[in-house]
Amino acid sequence: MAILTIKDLTVKIAGKRVLNGVNLEVPEGETHVLLGPNGSGKTSLIMSILGFPSCRIISGKIKFNGTDITTMPIDKRTKLGIGVAFQNPPPIRGVKMGDVLRHLAKGEVDEIKLAGTTNIPVDFFNRDLNLGFSGGELKRSEVLQVLAQRPSFAIFDEPDSGVDVENLEVIGKAINEFLKGRSGLLITHLGHILRYVKADVAHVMFYGTVACSGEPTRILNQIMKQGYKWCERCPKVRRLR
Amino acid sequence: MVRTMPKGKKTALKAMRKPAAFGPDLNLAGFRRKARPWPACPISALPKEVTQKALEAGVKADEKGRAGMYFQVDYSVVLQTIRKTFEGKVDVMSTPEALEKYGWVKDYWWKIVDVSTDKYTALAELKWDKGVFIRVRKGQKVTLPLQACFFISKDGLNQNVHNLIVAEPHSEVQLITGCTTHRGVQSGLHVGVSEFYVGEGAKLTFTMVHNWAPNFDARPRAAALLEKDATFVSNYVCLRPVKSLQMYPVAYCRGANSRVSFNTILYGAKNSYLDVGSKVVLQGKGSRGEVIARAIASDNAQINARGLLVGEHEDSRAHLECRGLLLSDEAAIHAIPELLGKVEGTELSHEAAVGKIAEEQIQYLMARGFSESEAESLIIRGFMDVGIFGLPDALRDEIKRMIETTVVRAL
Repeated sequence: MAILTIKDLTVKIAGKRVLNGVNLEVPEGETHVLLGPNGSGKTSLIMSILGFPSCRIISGKIKFNGTDITTMPIDKRTKLGIGVAFQNPPPIRGVKMGDVLRHLAKGEVDEIKLAGTTNIPVDFFNRDLNLGFSGGELKRSEVLQVLAQRPSFAIFDEPDSGVDVENLEVIGKAINEFLKGRSGLLITHLGHILRYVKADVAHVMFYGTVACSGEPTRILNQIMKQGYKWCERCPKVRRLR
Repeated sequence: MVRTMPKGKKTALKAMRKPAAFGPDLNLAGFRRKARPWPACPISALPKEVTQKALEAGVKADEKGRAGMYFQVDYSVVLQTIRKTFEGKVDVMSTPEALEKYGWVKDYWWKIVDVSTDKYTALAELKWDKGVFIRVRKGQKVTLPLQACFFISKDGLNQNVHNLIVAEPHSEVQLITGCTTHRGVQSGLHVGVSEFYVGEGAKLTFTMVHNWAPNFDARPRAAALLEKDATFVSNYVCLRPVKSLQMYPVAYCRGANSRVSFNTILYGAKNSYLDVGSKVVLQGKGSRGEVIARAIASDNAQINARGLLVGEHEDSRAHLECRGLLLSDEAAIHAIPELLGKVEGTELSHEAAVGKIAEEQIQYLMARGFSESEAESLIIRGFMDVGIFGLPDALRDEIKRMIETTVVRAL
């Protein structure tokens, strides 16, 4: 059964069409990768899956575990089991990282132990969330929050961008370990994270829709070699223009 | 240097028509000057409605955990006590009594607050209704806080107190002051002149909580003088609606290495008009100042959050941080930070930010499983985070509780 099904999703943000009839299905237990050039709609798709009010659904449906979540508020979707590691999380003054982690862990997992696996020092628990965090700290903190939340479906939005080699390894291994027996969607720009995370299917987005899907390493190798220009020559993508 | 202030009734009389530099001008004739006297009594004998309101302003009804207490209702001193262990180390009495008892007190009277500042200081001279005198003797560390309460029991009343706090060299004390009204009181005017003298190496932590009524006016007038190595921490909390409140206390860091910090938490609700600021004048070598303000405005509230840092010594430094949060389109917050450097070498800086809760923050927290209202409370609680003030634990928890019961519950 599919854990996430997106059918013909068209979305506008601030009057501008950002998604144009997206179809995507992630079967239970699989991890999919979302590739695509800047502005192709990857982050807009994530925000629509989460239900950010700025994403106005023009048509289409989003189903999660068989439930139609197309118009559900963000927190309800989270409670159903969707979790996300954001690409650019906002700093929130006075809100302590530890408080959010404890809220997510609900006493069922040891957030201090989890912090160790993501290389987050425990004194971060008393720090204001995302305030003054370095690029690597932000990414690790986002992954740590997903680990504490334990969603059945986890979205990682560019966990590897702007991250150094050491951090990439820590983040990659933590994500890979976490996704065992779970489902997920991974957005990556350059595919570095795939050195550590095993993915089942890759989708390439162009012009606000999924242009093609296939075996992750094969697609990624081509893109790495020839860039997205390679995709632009593809008849499937040309038709979308 | 602080110059000698003119004093006396004549000066005051001249100033009686002088409006304050800030805040709406009040018609003093509109307030009553008659109240029945309250007999002196132990705090346990005070009516429950009085002690309950005092408690909400941070004044405890039992004397446990307090080194001493001063309680004034309208024009009457109902209580002034000092715990046995602190007898001979601390004085707590009314200011008229202190002026009579100690000849030297007049040397501190109207010395750093100018009686001719405006009609309110003039009023405090001409229609003076007592106030609290506290002196901590040389080298004494008062391990428990002292507390004072100014209570108004009658609607429409005008109360003008003049307080004097002297922390002698190398002493240490914490003073908590709560100002509030009987629940039947709608309007009235409280004028509070306070002069603080922090001696060499002394540390004074002063916390004032105001819980007024929606149609009440308050005009505190305060100044502090810091000697060498002195520390003055002034915390101000106002979370309940008030018609108008205007104050702009000043600290003169005269001594070398003297330090002042002003921490202010304001929650303006309903039709409140708050004009609150803090001034720091750096005069001593190595003197330091810090001003932190947090203001939330909801409903139709208007808040002016001021701050002025004056650097008069080449080796001096101060920073001002003001953050305002708007919870309504009808509310307004005007942050007015000012820096005045008079000599080369002084370092003055400020940061100010005013805005509403960022949608982005709410959505982020919702994606972490918080409901929209939980996310809002979390952000507001975080905004009012008093952890940054470096308060003593008990006091920090007390203020947290006040924020919890007034601000967070009001949402």
